[in-house]
Amino acid sequence: MQTPAAIRFDHLGQVFDTGSGRVEALRNVSFEVARHEFLAVLGPSGCGKSTLLRMIAGLLEPTSGAVEVFGRRVDGPREDIGIVFQKPTLLPWATIEDNVMFPVRHKRGRVGSHDRDRAQELLRMVGLEGFGKRLPDELSGGMQQRVGIARALHMDPDILLMDEPFSALDALTREEMGFDLLRIFSERPKTVVFITHSVSEAALLADRVLVMTGRPGSVLTELPVPVARPRGRETIKDPAVTELAAHLRDLLLQRDAA
Amino acid sequence: MSLSMPDFTKPESKRLDLRRILAAPGVAAILTILGTVALWELAARTLNIPSYLLPAPSAIFSTFPSIGAERWVGHVWATLRVALLGFALAIAIAIPLAIALVRSPALNRTLYPLLVIVQSTPVVAIAPIIIVVLGAGDAPRIVITTLICFFPLVVSTATGLAATPPELIELSRSLRAPAFREITQIRLPFAVPYIFSALKISVTLAVIGAVVAEFCASDAGVGYFIQFSTSMFKLPQAWAGLFVLAGMSLALFQAVSWAQKLLFPWSLPRKR
Repeated sequence: MQTPAAIRFDHLGQVFDTGSGRVEALRNVSFEVARHEFLAVLGPSGCGKSTLLRMIAGLLEPTSGAVEVFGRRVDGPREDIGIVFQKPTLLPWATIEDNVMFPVRHKRGRVGSHDRDRAQELLRMVGLEGFGKRLPDELSGGMQQRVGIARALHMDPDILLMDEPFSALDALTREEMGFDLLRIFSERPKTVVFITHSVSEAALLADRVLVMTGRPGSVLTELPVPVARPRGRETIKDPAVTELAAHLRDLLLQRDAA
Repeated sequence: MSLSMPDFTKPESKRLDLRRILAAPGVAAILTILGTVALWELAARTLNIPSYLLPAPSAIFSTFPSIGAERWVGHVWATLRVALLGFALAIAIAIPLAIALVRSPALNRTLYPLLVIVQSTPVVAIAPIIIVVLGAGDAPRIVITTLICFFPLVVSTATGLAATPPELIELSRSLRAPAFREITQIRLPFAVPYIFSALKISVTLAVIGAVVAEFCASDAGVGYFIQFSTSMFKLPQAWAGLFVLAGMSLALFQAVSWAQKLLFPWSLPRKR
C-alpha cells in the first residue's frame, strides 16, 4: 500500500467575499508534498501563496476542493503543524526562552523542565545559545527570526509552514539564514512548505519548486531541484542551481509580461 | 590677531555648563514654576490687585499653616479615598467590558452605542440625581467618579486588545489553545501600553470626579473645602485648596507612570 502524501491539495478553489465584491484567490490548485520533502512556493504578490499555508494549517476553509494532511481531510486547526511568519512576532515582554516555549505554555498553561531543555536545545540549533534570558528587542531582526523558527519547532511538528520568513532581512543575513535552514533540516528532516519571492532561495533550499500564476492563483508548473543533499555554501555556485534560478526568473518575468 | 584658545574656550565652557544644567530633567519645569510664582507675587504687590480677585502667592501659602496639618490631611484623605475607589471601580468595570467588546461583535454592536450615550451625558449634570438616588456617604461619590473616569479606559483597552499582531492570534488558533489564554497571554499584555496611557488620563479624571461629587453634597474633602472657603470669602484659602488638588493629580499621575515603569518596563518606548 502506498503511504499517503504529507500534504495533498485536491482541485482547491478559494473565493473571498470582500465588501466590494467576490475575489477569486485560488483556482483549481492541485499538488502534493511528500513526507520530509521541502517544497518552495514561488509566485507574484497576491497569488494566494499565504492562503495556501492557512489552509494547510486549518485556519481557513477552502470554498471548493479539499486539503489533506497525512491522508486526512483538514477540517480545523491541527497541532502537528508549526508556522513561521514573515515577521518574527515574538512576545516583547517574554524572554527568548519563554518565547520559544510559548506554544506549550499557551496550549497547556504551564511548562516543565523538559520543555525548558528542549528550548535550550533548539536555541543551540538555531545558533542562539546563551541568549535565552534576553528580551526580543535586544536581538537583531535575523536573530529574532531564528527565535521564530525555534518556536515553530518546539512542539516537534511533522510539518513546518514558512511564510516568506526571510523577506524582512537584509541580503547577507538572508543568505546566512538559508544555510542555517539547510543544516537544521539535515539534522532533523521535516516536511516544509516554504513561500518565497526569491528564486535563488527557492533553488538553494527546496527539493521541488512550485511556480504559481497571478490572481486567481493556480499552479503554473512544478520543477524539481536537481541537486543532491547535503547542500551548503558551495551549492549556490552549482550550475544546476544557477540554471534553475535563471529558468524560474524567466518563468516569473514571462508571466508578468503576459 | 592671534587665536588665543583659552580666552575663547573658558566663557564658552561655562555657558555650556549652564546649558547642561538647564537641560537636566525637571530643572526647566521648576524654573518656569518659580518664575511664574515670582511674577505673580510681584504683580499682586505692585498692581494692588484685591485678594478676592487674585491673592498673592504669599497670602495663599500662609493659609497652609493656619488651617493646620490635621484638617488638611482629613480633607485630602476624603478626596483621595473617593478618587482611588472610583478609579479602582472604573478599572474593574472597564477591562472586563473591553474584553467582552473585543470577544463579541454582537456585544460591540449593542453595548458600544450605549456606552457612547453614557459618555455623552454630562456626568456633572446627573451627579445631583445620583446623590438623591444613592443617599449620603461615599457610595454616590464613588459612582460619580467612576462614571467620569471609566470611558477612556474602555476605549483604550479595547483598542489595545484589538491591536494584537494577527499572526499571534493565528498561532493561538492553530494550537487550539483555550480562548481565555488568548486574552491573558496575548491580547492583554499587548494592550498594556494602551491601558496605561488611559490610566494616566483616568486617574486625573478621578480627582475631578471626586471634586464634582463633593461640590454636590459632602462635608469633607478638598473640593468641599474650596466651596466652603469661597462661601466665607476666604479666597487665599480656596486657592490653597486648588494647589493641593493640582498636587494630588500630579502625584497620582506620577504614581501611575512609576507603576508602569516598575511592573511593565518592556511596555515603555525604548530609549536609545
